[in-house]
Amino acid sequence: MASPGIALIPLATADTVPRAQNPLARPILPMDELPAHMRPERSFQGFILALQRFWAEQGCVILQPYDMEMGAGTFHPATTLRALGPKPWRAAYVQPSRRPKDGRYGENPNRLQHYYQYQVIMKPSPPNLQELYLKSLAAIGIDSSLHDIRFVEDDWESPTLGAWGLGWECWCDGMEVSQFTYFQQVAGVECAPVAGELTYGLERLACYLQGVDRIMDLNFNGREGADKVTYGDVFLQAEQEYSRHNFEHSDSEMLFKQFVMAEEACKKYLAAGWKSGSNQKEHLMALPAYDQCIKASHVFNLLDARGVISVTERQSYIGRVRDLAKACGDAWVHTEAGRAS
Amino acid sequence: MPDLLLELFSEEIPARMQAKAADDLRRMVTDKLVAEGLVYEGAKAFVTPRRLALTVHGIPARQPDLKTERKGPKIGAPDAAVQGFLKATGLTSLDEAKIQRDPKGDFYIALLEKPGRAAIDVLAEILPVIVRTFPWPKSMRWGERSAKSGALTWVRPLHSIIATFGPETEDPEVVKFSIDGIETGQTTHGHRFLAPSAISVRRFEDYEAKLKAAKVVLDPQARKDIILADAKQLAFAQGFELVEDQVLLDEVSGLVEWPVVLMGSFDQEFLSIPGEVIRATIRNNQKCFVVSDLKDSDKNPDKTGKLTNKFILTANIEATDGGKAIVAGNERVIRARLSDAKFFYEADLKTKLEDRLPKFENIVFHEKLGTQGERIKRIERLAAEIAPLVGADVEKAKRAAHLAKADLLTEVVGEFPELQGLMGKYYALAQGEDASVAAASEEHYKPQGPADRVPTDRVSVAVALADKIDTLVGFWAIDEKPTGSKDPYALRRAALGVIRLILENGIRIDLAAIARTPFVAFGILPHAKSIISDHENIEKLENSVGRVSFSIDVWNSYFQNRDWKGFEEAYAAAQTTADKKVLDLLSFFADRLKVQLRDQGARHDLVDAVFALGGQDDLLMVVRRVEALGKFLDTDDGKNLLAGTKRASNILSIEEKKDKRSFDGAPDSALYKLDEEKALAKAIDQVKSEAGAAVAKEDFAAAMSAMAKLRPAVDAFFDKVKVNDDEPKVRENRLKLLNEIRAATRAVADFSKIEG
Repeated sequence: MASPGIALIPLATADTVPRAQNPLARPILPMDELPAHMRPERSFQGFILALQRFWAEQGCVILQPYDMEMGAGTFHPATTLRALGPKPWRAAYVQPSRRPKDGRYGENPNRLQHYYQYQVIMKPSPPNLQELYLKSLAAIGIDSSLHDIRFVEDDWESPTLGAWGLGWECWCDGMEVSQFTYFQQVAGVECAPVAGELTYGLERLACYLQGVDRIMDLNFNGREGADKVTYGDVFLQAEQEYSRHNFEHSDSEMLFKQFVMAEEACKKYLAAGWKSGSNQKEHLMALPAYDQCIKASHVFNLLDARGVISVTERQSYIGRVRDLAKACGDAWVHTEAGRAS
Repeated sequence: MPDLLLELFSEEIPARMQAKAADDLRRMVTDKLVAEGLVYEGAKAFVTPRRLALTVHGIPARQPDLKTERKGPKIGAPDAAVQGFLKATGLTSLDEAKIQRDPKGDFYIALLEKPGRAAIDVLAEILPVIVRTFPWPKSMRWGERSAKSGALTWVRPLHSIIATFGPETEDPEVVKFSIDGIETGQTTHGHRFLAPSAISVRRFEDYEAKLKAAKVVLDPQARKDIILADAKQLAFAQGFELVEDQVLLDEVSGLVEWPVVLMGSFDQEFLSIPGEVIRATIRNNQKCFVVSDLKDSDKNPDKTGKLTNKFILTANIEATDGGKAIVAGNERVIRARLSDAKFFYEADLKTKLEDRLPKFENIVFHEKLGTQGERIKRIERLAAEIAPLVGADVEKAKRAAHLAKADLLTEVVGEFPELQGLMGKYYALAQGEDASVAAASEEHYKPQGPADRVPTDRVSVAVALADKIDTLVGFWAIDEKPTGSKDPYALRRAALGVIRLILENGIRIDLAAIARTPFVAFGILPHAKSIISDHENIEKLENSVGRVSFSIDVWNSYFQNRDWKGFEEAYAAAQTTADKKVLDLLSFFADRLKVQLRDQGARHDLVDAVFALGGQDDLLMVVRRVEALGKFLDTDDGKNLLAGTKRASNILSIEEKKDKRSFDGAPDSALYKLDEEKALAKAIDQVKSEAGAAVAKEDFAAAMSAMAKLRPAVDAFFDKVKVNDDEPKVRENRLKLLNEIRAATRAVADFSKIEG
């Protein structure tokens, strides 16, 4: 670029761009009626709300974030566990995601140790899931007659969750904006039926929509002047503090103990949860046990960020978390929500 | 004759799988057709991100009727046999059978006529099977039906199938079948964004044309041609040149149905990053082409030219704004990516390569072979040992090996592993290393395969040999040799690398001697570690690994006053093992050399004949000997001597078997009865000494000429002398003489291994 300025992306708002003939490109929300500060391209929160409304329209239950630290929205029991078993399930939610290792003291424009994912899960995967996804992009103002949207191969695998699926990275003008996965196996259990999972990287998409280069510069509330609150106003200090914590000060000795405690608790609750005296194998405590698996996973991520786990140990820790996840998955499919009837 | 049109319409097929899928579809359908007696005229498969399509034309409308004969029981056979025959053949009575006579008697023969089925019915039977058994590298289940076992799997969800069949002149019929709820029909869809509505098609011709109208270029080659031509044109129009990239072109053409080529740019300041890093960033992450300066590439026709701050992207849509938003979006992403790359590159430059080495102590190279740190030290010592043998400066070789792997821990290589070595060179030059030392960072990985360049700089050669030999010896020591098609550590490539380094640089090196010591050390180290615990001595032990001069004296001095009673035994055992491993590794080299020479057109049996002599650990000499042998065998003398030697060997082996003994030992000159015997004995003596002397001087051509002198005597001997004389002593003596021929020829090769 000749000028170092920010290239503003023409946005598909009703007043700037003629609506395309393609029905997918037509925003389904009456965006003209939204006040400026609620528009997805102006405000981070407006953008999230647009997604919430869109997926609510598709029959998803709109959940709130899970109240535990986790590395990705997939860890939320509404995805990991609900993906298992035959019962239909449609949910969408924002999940704060923690990746202690990705902290950069708030200095890297694109990397954070805490960020948001928007997660959609639909079981069974509907035949028009790709179309729904494209409509959701239209709903946040990405016009497919103007932007180059692509599905680029991406096979997803989570060694800690014992999960894999096939799908794509979704690109918009060369930028990866979402992941699209058909779960084949989760927590060591075959998905029957298969669930479709969509994950939007919210900060990155918002940067694109708002035309800013640094996450910290995102307009959070869509207001201007003195009323404007940026992402940095909300999170910069947290990034700095948590980076210090994650890399320099977290108490490894305690964390090692916590890992073992969570691991043992998980196993204990799983063992205690099997209902005795019933001729049908039934589990009554899969969710509390799975919480401990989430805990172990996050503690492992903290230890990993602290650099106290060697390469060989790393594999063994990942294997231990996976064993917990698999045991939880096995318990879940013997619960009310996880089994056939 | 009728044509088949088949389209499998799905969600986006990974680009890397498309070409093979098209090929598999064509092969599977046409193989099946032929197997069903339906010989077609032509077939062609096509693929886009969303569809696999096949046209087969000139399929007969019906299978030919099939006439077969089936042999039944003999006339007068028991009734049970007759009834069985009637049941199996569907005949109502034996009157319908023919009677045929053969040497065993008269038999009933049923003439069976199986009428051919309509091709469309055959297709309806074979196509679903092909869909269900399609060999995708990875396939998946989806949707509601995935809950049931036996659900259809496909590379990504399959949405519809077109299958039509019929002659050109009529409306074709739908080949009716259904798979997991998908009914075949005549409907497809155009471009996802530009023309998403349903399209009804009849046959391939209107299918292809209608798709084109609906913004889908069906033929992958046509998409490639469009992208390449447009990209070149776009670059040229601005006075630049496209940096062509076939692999990228293949991939990009698999990501679009309607290619639209656009050009974007990035900030000039990023051109301070090495061109390879810019290219890797733009290519790997963004799947865009880079563009070079036209003038520069004219001056240096074999270089890609200096990169400019432009890139070329291939969009999948004709955007309503002419692509402005798409270009702007891609520029933003590329700017962010290049900022990262620049940041990484500049951060890397702040740390000296040697300061990265301590971290390698914590990185396991292989569970049984220790850390990368240990490996680097071994390579360093081995490179220092090899350096004088290849004419490299020892200090430079040591320094080069010291730094050669350090870039593995740099940010740029972490991001782009394919730039390993190259980045090391840049960083080494930036910190003021000698040019040869810096070059070795990149070149010690070479040659990577049969087509890769072999380094010639002696420092690079020393480090490259050390790296590869260390790898080979290490994996041989822990018995992780390649088996069949499995070669996870690319050991065949390493061995071929050693061979090419030696041959193409004309290097004399005793591989056995170089490999033996590390084998001994690898054999004894684990044992030693389990016994001694103090750190200093373990380090001394480890330091001795990889040293050619390593010997028991060195080790004894370490352990003189230590309580290690089993040392002598352990050491002796390690030596015995090492000797075996050396031989085994050498035979592996021999095999690779054979492959290499065969690829170059040499006769593999000659290579065998030379290796069969044993002790052939100097590969350069092996090749020289094979060359001389080949030339010699092309002459009449050579051919006849070979024939004579073979004859001698054959007679010997027959007689050896008969007598259950060998005929070693010198013949007794007193027992010679004929002049031809005496002449042969004399010739053998002469040839032995002449050829031996020539071989000692490594003059294989002269050794072969000496060998040629044997020929008349051998010919005359077989002409006049009867080996199996009635007198046992004379017979034995003559056999001994034959054995001498064999022995004499062994001065140059084991003739028994030579074919012909």
